[in-house]
Amino acid sequence: MQIGMSVNGAAQDHDVEPRTLLVQYLREACGLTGTKIGCDTSSCGACTVLVDGESVKSCTMLAAQADGAAITTIEGLADGEQWHPVQTAFHENHGLQCGYCTAGMVLAAVSLLDEIPNPSEADVRLGLEGNLCRCTGYHNIVKSVLAAAETMRASK
Amino acid sequence: MIPAAFDYVRAGSSAEAISLIGEHGEDAKFLAGGMSLLPLMKLRLATPTVLVDVGRVRDLSYVRDAGDHLAIGALTRHRDLETSDLLAQECGVLRAVAAQVGDNQVRHRGTIGGSVAHGDPASDLPAALLALDATFVLQGPGGTRSVAATDFFQGFLETALAPDELLTEIQVRKSGGAGFAYEKFNRRAQDWAIVGAVAARVNGGTHVALVNMGSVPLRARAVETALAQGASPTDAAREAAVGTEPPSDLNASPEYRTHLVQVLVRRALEAIAT
Repeated sequence: MQIGMSVNGAAQDHDVEPRTLLVQYLREACGLTGTKIGCDTSSCGACTVLVDGESVKSCTMLAAQADGAAITTIEGLADGEQWHPVQTAFHENHGLQCGYCTAGMVLAAVSLLDEIPNPSEADVRLGLEGNLCRCTGYHNIVKSVLAAAETMRASK
Repeated sequence: MIPAAFDYVRAGSSAEAISLIGEHGEDAKFLAGGMSLLPLMKLRLATPTVLVDVGRVRDLSYVRDAGDHLAIGALTRHRDLETSDLLAQECGVLRAVAAQVGDNQVRHRGTIGGSVAHGDPASDLPAALLALDATFVLQGPGGTRSVAATDFFQGFLETALAPDELLTEIQVRKSGGAGFAYEKFNRRAQDWAIVGAVAARVNGGTHVALVNMGSVPLRARAVETALAQGASPTDAAREAAVGTEPPSDLNASPEYRTHLVQVLVRRALEAIAT
C-alpha cells in the first residue's frame, strides 16, 4: 500500500506492506537509523519517536497508522547545528553511557516536558517509566531532564 | 518481530467499519490504538487476515455529560481520560485509573474501547468500569444494543461482542471527584497489575472491583455486602478473595494473590474511609 508522512519536516512516500511497523519504515524505507529497536515488545522505549508531537513506541504502531502524520525522530530534533535543549542537557549531565536507549529517552523527555513543563523529580521518573536504560542507571537521565526543563522555561 | 501478513483497510465512520468487517468475514479484526492487538500479532498469537482500522473515526472520541451519566466514546485515548476536566469533577476514579495504564507512550495511543474489547482481566480499566456499573453500547449491522459490564466480560479475552459488532460508547455513573482509590501492585514499572483493587463510592454505596483475580475482571461482592452491613475496612477486606479464581503465573501463585488482594482491598478501603 502507498503511504506518505512528514518525517522531520521532509515528505516521505513509499509503497509498503500493511504489516510494516513504523520503526521498520523509519529505519529501512526512510534510512533513519537513529531510532533503535531494543526489546521489540513495547517495553523498553528505545524506539520512541514523536507522532504529531506525542511520544509513541514505533515498534507497536503500523506505518499505515502513521499515514499522513508528522513524525519527529532523533535526527530531526536539532535546529540545524543547534541541539535541542534536551540533547544539550543529556550531553552536559552525562545522561548516557552506551547510548542505545538515548534517542528514545530524549524523545520521551521532549514529549514529557511538553505535557509537564515544570516537572518534579517524581514526575520525570514516572514520566520515563516506559524507557529502560541498562547502563547509566537513571540518576543522570533524570538530572538531564530536570536541567533541560529549567533551560526551556528560562528561554520562554 | 513482524506480524503475519494481513490486508489493511481504513474506516471513516462506525457504519463503514461495520460494513467492512462484514465484508471481510470472521478473520477480520478492528484495530484501534493497537496497544493490545499489535503485540499479540507480533507474537503470532493473533493472526487476523484483515485489519479494519477504526483509529481515525474521530467522532468516537469524546467525554460528555449525558445528564444522569457520562458518555465516553470508545476511541477516547487514555491520555484524554487522564487529562479530562469533566472526569476530574464527575468521575475521578476513571481518570485516576486511566493515568495508571501502561506508560506515557501507551497512553498516547491506547483507547478505552480497545482495552474493554480486548477484555484482559489484568487490565486496569475493565475493573474500574465494572465498579462504575458501566454500560457498553455495541453497534452491529442490525443496529445498536447495550450490555451491562457485568454481562460483557465472559471469559479470558472473551466478551459479549459479536465478530461484526463495534464497541462505540461506554456509559458510566457519575461518582464525583473524590472518594475512590486504586491500589495497583506490580514489581516492574509500566507492567500489568499482579493484583489490583479499585474502590469507589458510587450512589451512596462502596463498590469494589478486582484486577487479575480470575479469567475476567470481578466485583468483590462479598466485600461490598460486608461494608453495607457495617463491617470495618479491615474486616470487609478479609472477604476480598471470596469467589475469585486467581491465576498462577511467573509473577505470583494463586495463594499469593489471595493474600495480596486482601491487603490491597484493605488499603483501598482505608484510603476512601478517611
